[in-house]
Amino acid sequence: MVNRLSTIQEQNTKIEQLIRDKALKLLKEDEVDAIIGYSSGTIPFKTCPIIIRSEEDVDKLIWNNFCAMNLAKYLVPLIPTLKDEEGKNLRVGIIAKGCVGRALIHLAAEKQLDLKKIKMIGIPCNGIINRSQLLRELQQEEILEASISDDEIILKGRNFQKKFPIKEYLNELCKKCEVKSPPKIPDLVEACVGECQEISAIEQDFEDVSEFESKTSEERWEYIKELLSPCIRCYACREACPMCYCSLCFVDQKLPRWFGKTTELSETIVFHLVRAMHLAGRCVACGACSSVCPMGIDLHLITRKLEQIVKERFDFTSGLDPQIAPPMHQFKMEDKQEFILEEE
Amino acid sequence: MTQTVKESKHEQEWQPKIIAFLCNWCSYAGADLAGVSRLQYPPTIRIVRVPCSGRINPFFIIKSLIDGWDAVVVSGCHPGDCHYISGNLVARRRFAILKELITFFGIHPDRVHFMWVSAAEGERFATLIKKVSKLVKKLGPNKKFKNSGE
Repeated sequence: MVNRLSTIQEQNTKIEQLIRDKALKLLKEDEVDAIIGYSSGTIPFKTCPIIIRSEEDVDKLIWNNFCAMNLAKYLVPLIPTLKDEEGKNLRVGIIAKGCVGRALIHLAAEKQLDLKKIKMIGIPCNGIINRSQLLRELQQEEILEASISDDEIILKGRNFQKKFPIKEYLNELCKKCEVKSPPKIPDLVEACVGECQEISAIEQDFEDVSEFESKTSEERWEYIKELLSPCIRCYACREACPMCYCSLCFVDQKLPRWFGKTTELSETIVFHLVRAMHLAGRCVACGACSSVCPMGIDLHLITRKLEQIVKERFDFTSGLDPQIAPPMHQFKMEDKQEFILEEE
Repeated sequence: MTQTVKESKHEQEWQPKIIAFLCNWCSYAGADLAGVSRLQYPPTIRIVRVPCSGRINPFFIIKSLIDGWDAVVVSGCHPGDCHYISGNLVARRRFAILKELITFFGIHPDRVHFMWVSAAEGERFATLIKKVSKLVKKLGPNKKFKNSGE
């Protein structure tokens, strides 16, 4: 197991090696035509998605703790466009950390994609760095170089060099993550090459959520107001979300125009409230929405709440089994209804 | 004369404005029955008739709150009695999540109410509306959103 190795740097090298080995093997044996993965970006601290088609390009695939985006997002719209010269569909491989695997499985449960047609290269993710938290710490100074050595991240700027321990600067969701590598699909084991884990449900007590809920409703409202007030409604969170594949989002709809376009606070809050509503029972807690936010808004608490609701109410964890219909796709006569108003 | 009318208006207690989405087949008929049976209930609700409680997009409810309604009531047929077999069961899952989420966001849970009222339960309808009005009156006007209040 890779994660038992001593330092994060060593884990990264090992994971990167795993990615390249498996990718090379898949391409060589002609099991896939293209592979979606991460490559180093042009700015420090960020990575960029890449689609490789030949064996020589395998070395362009990388892994580090900046690989924040969820590659499943690229797969669903891309699959119909990936064609060879004769117009035949390409077979696609995808580098899958735990949450990418979950997203793919959930998309399959929603019939958006056929798991038989793709290959997941499962890797044991070792956490993604919370970029906005680090930037806040640096007070917006420009970073020219970022690297990882041992268990620390080293940031270099024009006239400073700082070290931060990675473990303290991981995404909140990564700290609580139980699905580091993609879940094993019982009926379709061959869909996943590389490391996969067997998991049937996440076992958590959601302490962070209950701690937040122990506050009064006024305090919660103030917290949400403060959290969301920087939002500029750029919808980057929606664009990065692997579950947001509607062809027309409710905020873009014009006839009827449901919803204002301003960044007025109550409209912002309602946008996030409805977005959360749409993700209930579907969110796979990858944290891509928070990672891409240009204003550094961390939405992890809302994500956690969604996970808790579906876990406790419907005993469902998204993205673990493509055969189980998501909770909002079904209903039961005996669903709990303690919230329904009764005479006494 | 006008003076006294104005004064008495001023003295009047604040009355909440509640929007009620009632399903065509049960609750709307239930409200009708409450009316023809001359049952008394507070004049706080404004009724919107919808084909089924499953027609209610959670966004209708949130939109009503932004638009300044003091509370929202959604009422449908009892589980198992839906005219469209399962519309209210689908709706029930949505409402469960919506109620938890708005509470989580710090909006008081008493701003949104869900109930089942059948076409024969005029009395139940009146009682529940009385109860909702009382709860919302205690909360006061909805001032959390832009368009709310005056």
